[in-house]
This record gives sequence, C-alpha cells and structure tokens, in this order.
Amino acid sequence: MAPAMKRGIVDRLRDIDRRIIFIFIVAAVVIPLLRPIGLPLKSSPPSRALYQQFESLPQGAVVLMAFDYDPATDVELGPMSLAILKHCFRKGHKVVGLALWPQGAGLARATFAEAAEGFNVKYGVDYVNLGFKAGGLVVIDSLGRSFSGSFPKDIDGRPVENLPLMKNINTYADIDFVMSMSAGDPGLPFWIMMAQGRYGKKVGGGCTAVSAPMLYPYYPNQLVGLLGGMKGAAEYELLVSAKGAATKGMDAQSIAHAAIVLFVIIGNIFYFISRRREGRGGSRI
Amino acid sequence: MRREFPLVITFVCGITMIVQFFIPHEPFGGMKSYFQHSYMIIAAFAMLLGIGNLTKIHVKKIRDKRPQWGYSIVLLAGLLGMAIPGLFIGGIKEDTIFDFLFKNAHVPMQSTMFSLLAFFVASASYRAFRARTVDAALLLIAGFVVMLGRAPIGDYLTSFMPDGWQMSDYANWIMAIPNTAGQRAIMMGAALGVVATSLRVILGIERSYLGGE
Repeated sequence: MAPAMKRGIVDRLRDIDRRIIFIFIVAAVVIPLLRPIGLPLKSSPPSRALYQQFESLPQGAVVLMAFDYDPATDVELGPMSLAILKHCFRKGHKVVGLALWPQGAGLARATFAEAAEGFNVKYGVDYVNLGFKAGGLVVIDSLGRSFSGSFPKDIDGRPVENLPLMKNINTYADIDFVMSMSAGDPGLPFWIMMAQGRYGKKVGGGCTAVSAPMLYPYYPNQLVGLLGGMKGAAEYELLVSAKGAATKGMDAQSIAHAAIVLFVIIGNIFYFISRRREGRGGSRI
Repeated sequence: MRREFPLVITFVCGITMIVQFFIPHEPFGGMKSYFQHSYMIIAAFAMLLGIGNLTKIHVKKIRDKRPQWGYSIVLLAGLLGMAIPGLFIGGIKEDTIFDFLFKNAHVPMQSTMFSLLAFFVASASYRAFRARTVDAALLLIAGFVVMLGRAPIGDYLTSFMPDGWQMSDYANWIMAIPNTAGQRAIMMGAALGVVATSLRVILGIERSYLGGE
C-alpha cells in the first residue's frame, strides 16, 4: 500500500488541504451577509469617548481629518470615516480633510460626497479636501506653521485662499480637534506625536483591527478616543444611529472569527493526539 | 569629499532640527521651515524615482524574457493606464478617466488583495497556532478572548453573564491592561533605540546609509 494511504484520520485532518479551510471561511463570510443574524452590538469605552468628544465640540468647530489609508483598508476605515463625517455634519462642525497617503485623497473625495448627501453642506464652506502631500511626519509638523504653506491648493487645484472655510485656518490654533483615520505609517502615531505632543491639540483616531493593540497605550491621555477595525466602525454607526456597511459586516465578522477560533481548537486537538501517540509510540487511529 | 560632504550635511541638518525643537525662534524656526519644505519636495521626487526604478526593472525583465515576464507587462500596463489619463487626459479631478479607473478598478482590486489575508490567516492558524508551551497557551487563550470579544458573537455567547463580565469586557481588559503594558515597554525600548541610532547617524558613527560599509 502507498505511504499516503497508510496515513491515519488524525494525520489527514491535521494536514487538511487548505482549500477546504478556504471554503469554510467563504461560507462563514458569505452566508451571514446574505442572511443576516442580527447579533447584538455594544460600544466599547474608546468608541464612546470619541463620540463624546465630537458631541462636546461647539457648533461650527473645525475638525482636521486625515485620510491616511488606501483601498486595501477602506473596508474597515471607510465606514468609520463616513460615520464620523455624518456626525460632524449633523452637529454643524466644519471639516478640513487631507491625506498623507496618495490614495487617501481619492477615498476622501468619495467619502465626503457620500456623507454630504442629505445634509445642507457646501464644499469650501463646510468642508474641504486638501488632497495628498508627501512627507508624513514633516507635513504634520509643517501645519503648525502654515496650512496654506503646506497645502497651497485643494485636491482639484483650487487655491486655498479662495475657499471660505480656509480663510480663517492657518495653524493648529485654528483647529478644534484632530482626527486621523490611519492604516499604518504615516498615520495616527505621528499625529499623536506632533499635533498632540508638540502643538497640544486633542487627537482622536480610527485604525485597522490589527493595529489597534499598538495604539491602545496612547488612550485615553494622548488619544481622546479610538475606533478599532470594522467593529469600531460599527460601534460608531450605532452611537450616531446611522447603520451602514460596518454594521452589516458584523455578523460575517463574528462567524468568521468563530470559524477561525474553531479551526485553532481543532488543530490543537489533533496536535495533542498525535503528540501523545508519538510519545507512546502506539499505532495510528 | 564624497563621504565627508554628506556627513557634514547630515550633522548640520540633524543638529539644527534638534536645536529648533528646544529653541523654536529665528534663525532656527526659519531653518526648520526651509528643511521641512526641502524634505517634502525630496519626498515627492522620491516617488518619481521609485516609479522610474520600477519601470526600468520591469522593462529589463520583459526584454530579457525572464521567468514570469508576462506579469511585468501587466504591471507596466496598469502603471501607464493610470498615469497617462491622470497626467494628460482630464487630470485627477472628479468624473475623469483617472477617477473612473480609481473607483472601479484600483479600489476593488486592492480591497480584494487585502481580503485574501483572511483565508491565509485561517489556514495558518489551523496549522501553526499550537499550545506547545504554557506561554503559547496563554497567548492562545488571550487571542481567543480578543477575537471573540472584538466581534458581537463574543457577547452573544456570554449573554448569560451579567453586564461587565461578558466577552467584550474581557477583551477590552486585555487590550487596556496587559496589552498596553507590553506595548509601552516595546515602544519605550524602540524609542531609546531610535534616539541612539539617530545620534550615531548625526555624529557620523553610523555610516551604512552612505552605502559601501
């Protein structure tokens, strides 16, 4: 008999073809999206703190929002950007958008357009998109000296002095709150380092689920609030009563997480069985 | 001079940026501003350099018909397909060809690439995440709690527990206490390393960035 045929069930399950795992993950993601379960969701303290920060800002406050991400992480950061912008527009806050990532500027444009629907807000008056600027940390620091010096034109090439909102904004002193939607470097840690550490501005953030543990040490002293991953986005949607893509994705994320946990448990069971068997030198199951 | 001149530039720029942090007045404030603008211009040109280098490598790969040279054609077609409309046909404004390609090709493709990660994470977890030692077992348990607690299913499974004792509360505790303690230690260590390395570079002790050593 061929060696492969002699392999026991435990060995075969331990070395299961990864395509079978992939099928389970597809099912775990697709089925809840097609037939939502509606699992209950509750907000975490960092999400509530961020929500409270926006609530406490006076009407007409200026929020600087950095779209420091690309399409790869748009699934996580896009919904939270949208929910925050809707919250800002509802509260009457002004938003100055910019990007330290090249693709962030384009994503910001689409997010601004979607958020503005249903609100009486006007480009240049209630919000602006300054576009992308290369330089990361240095750009953040340079804003402390002059916004128009670092961003003389907006994303579509209009001089910023022609935009009514930008007429009274030139340094961090004219900004009430800084928000960074961050997928990595350059991103939220740099905003904390410069805008908060050096210029004393309050900073809040949104980040991918994998980078949330790295940003927790800044909360709550240097970072007012934090939205981590799609769960953070869904929590914010819940807080502002604007259910969107993140809330819809929560069931799929739940089942996918549970499936991965299940795989790890099964993998460990087979690992311990085979280890014990090898220790005894016994026969295969 | 080929080595001394860059070392002098590094020393002057480094010392100026340190001094201006503590004395943000003229002439240091103006020098800082000058260096910052120079940096942003150089960073923008670095992108051009990257594009040029990428093009050169892949053109050579196609010319030499090296293994998988077909992918290089796709890469260059994608590069030119986005760059030409952006630079010469309507620019990067809304409702242009570039904008259309960005929204309908670039965004979905990059999202797809990133979402594939879930499949590899699942497969790798099954094969590699083993409780071989006590430390690994603790990591495994913490991972379970955070994974389940960071999704609504965690609270659903522990809904019989009183408020404040559900899965998301444990996950929040892990993130806020043990994780924060560990991360802060790592960050402080890394920060001290950055300070030491920066000083070595500014003082000319560390010269590997010049190449050849």
